[in-house]
Amino acid sequence: MSIITCREALRAAIDEEMARDDSVILMGEEVGAYNGAYKVSQGLLDTYGPERVIDTPISEEGFTGIGIGAAMAGLRPIVEWMTFNFALQAIDQVVSNAAKMRYMSGGQFRVPIVFRGPNGPAEYLGSQHSQALQSLFAHVPGLKVVAPGTPADAKGLLKSSIRDDNPVLFLEAEMMYGWKGEVPDGEHLVPLGVAEVKRPGKDVTIVAFSKPLKLALDAAEALAALGVDAEVVDLRTIRPLDEAAIYASVAKTSRCVVVDEAWPFASVGSHVAWLVSHHCFDELDAPVELVAGEDVPMPYNHSLELAAQPSVQKIVEAVKRAAYM
Amino acid sequence: MAEKVLMIALSPTMETGTVVRWRKKEGDQVKSGDVICEVETDKATMDYEASAEGTLLKIVLAEGGQAKVGDLIAVLGSPGEDISGLLGAPEQAPKPSVTGPAAAAKTAIVPPPSPPPIGGRLRSSPLARKLAEDRGIDLRSITGSGPDGRIVKRDVEAPSGDEVVPVSGMRKIIAKRLSESMFSAPHYYLTVSVAADELLGIRAKLNAGREKKVSLNAILFALAGRALARHPRVNSAWNGETIVRRGSADIGLAVALPDGLVTPVVRDCGRKGILAIDSELADLVERARAGKLAPAEYAGAGFTISNLGSFGIDEFTAIINPPGSAILAVGAARKQPVVETGPEGDRIVARTRMAITLSCDHRVIDGAVGAAFLRDLADMLENPALGLA
Repeated sequence: MSIITCREALRAAIDEEMARDDSVILMGEEVGAYNGAYKVSQGLLDTYGPERVIDTPISEEGFTGIGIGAAMAGLRPIVEWMTFNFALQAIDQVVSNAAKMRYMSGGQFRVPIVFRGPNGPAEYLGSQHSQALQSLFAHVPGLKVVAPGTPADAKGLLKSSIRDDNPVLFLEAEMMYGWKGEVPDGEHLVPLGVAEVKRPGKDVTIVAFSKPLKLALDAAEALAALGVDAEVVDLRTIRPLDEAAIYASVAKTSRCVVVDEAWPFASVGSHVAWLVSHHCFDELDAPVELVAGEDVPMPYNHSLELAAQPSVQKIVEAVKRAAYM
Repeated sequence: MAEKVLMIALSPTMETGTVVRWRKKEGDQVKSGDVICEVETDKATMDYEASAEGTLLKIVLAEGGQAKVGDLIAVLGSPGEDISGLLGAPEQAPKPSVTGPAAAAKTAIVPPPSPPPIGGRLRSSPLARKLAEDRGIDLRSITGSGPDGRIVKRDVEAPSGDEVVPVSGMRKIIAKRLSESMFSAPHYYLTVSVAADELLGIRAKLNAGREKKVSLNAILFALAGRALARHPRVNSAWNGETIVRRGSADIGLAVALPDGLVTPVVRDCGRKGILAIDSELADLVERARAGKLAPAEYAGAGFTISNLGSFGIDEFTAIINPPGSAILAVGAARKQPVVETGPEGDRIVARTRMAITLSCDHRVIDGAVGAAFLRDLADMLENPALGLA
């Protein structure tokens, strides 16, 4: 067990998987000579050479398509998008090809590929580069969507994603790259599709994933000071969704607050809130609350930028509503 | 240079404070000593005086908001100054606290508009309906405590008519202090019934022609003060390794409040006259009921008097109010038939009598010491002139 950053945990996962399996390759803008826009691929070009760590032109649709073709031909590519905002250039390849190929070929082709990069708002990046786009990908059957909230999960989930035979969208967050945490050394696999209770509690369930997990945990501490014992369920994987873990928690607490930094309309958060409302109907003592990003393009002004995102305060207030406080 | 305004401890036991009202607005000029807001502590509502000068640049804790001692509640500085550094960047390093940037707080605190109640329809949560069905309870017999009267789980689980109320800061303090006192100080109780005719006579004489009547409590305070001066071992505090014998008879009065009680203290009762004590006591009691006592005014009673005579209680035992080691419980003065032995033998006469009960901490006050004090006090109450001796 070492205390390392999320960036180092991701790098360790890629390094270990590339060492373990020659078919794993890494491609994307600046992943090689520049060691990655966020230094996740630090040193990998030196270790594995330009045949397996491939700098691509600035053409997301092109290299995403090449990655999908390589996966169909037997490799296990990791395609790094500099951010998920640029994935909009490549989304046709992901939705029309990666998600459909196994199904439409009757299982003749597999597409073992990981698309990874930072998703969601960071700071001072303006409307076009501050988007949380998980719902676009989670919408599509045939894709898996993974969103770790801690360095340890980042490593364990990325290793499992690389070994998965299906296309996996792996959501990181720029603000998380520097977060430190305990990460198991060597082989550490976190299975896809399994949520984890990050903080047990009995009074209210807070469902979160990715970067806002930390807000949920901090809110739980603030709530403890108010006498509310919150349980925090970390989804870890958005699709396939570990519904049983959510329902088990809500059955215990009778109240649910879902946190998703994306826009609220047709989001992962709103879908989870609907699932809970539907499947836990007789267990609920209060309407399910959703703490989402505000339904606006991200403002550049920093005060407004902060106000447009979920916060500890917003989660605490939502829990108070759900607890009739 | 901008300065942080932090929540400070306005009472010795205060851990959190609630801003009841901001007296200054953002942009207002603030001088040192100006009252910038009113803060509800565990016992009272206090004025928060600025310790620095400048323009109130930012109110961080909105009215009604609660903050721990040491948390940021506002920022003072020069107009136009950049204070983002003082406010922090909550998105990167969210503090585990319910206080956030005012902008977030404002949007979050405004309650969403309640939908209009649907005519005559009983509102209940699904869980409440299930629980009610399981227990065979008719929902119509329950009053809902949720939004628009929605019946929720706690309403079904509470026995009919019960109400669940949160414990106030004051009630927590009362619970903590009195439990500690009862469970750590070995209490014993001494009761004596005193003839109160002289006492009431003195009071009537003092009040003759006086517009504002002197309270019986003021006379009790004066005589108890004299008795404490003569029995310093009763006016003592248990300190573990040491016992503090107090030089001054500081007596607290238990004053009932709508939800709790507070014990304002009259200092040095052994040397003050009845009228001086009475005017101090009247002022303290009035401000205690208004929640306006300063912490120093209800701290450190060496002895306490609790008087339930006005409720017609004959006699009762009280729990010692730390750091004191004794408390006097005063019952109602009543006319009673009393057997008196005169030259013509026994006869029954009507006399006013009053029972007083002393609770003592045996760690400090042994039985004989407590009894001697109470006998002396009882003699003074029966014959107040002895108080002058």
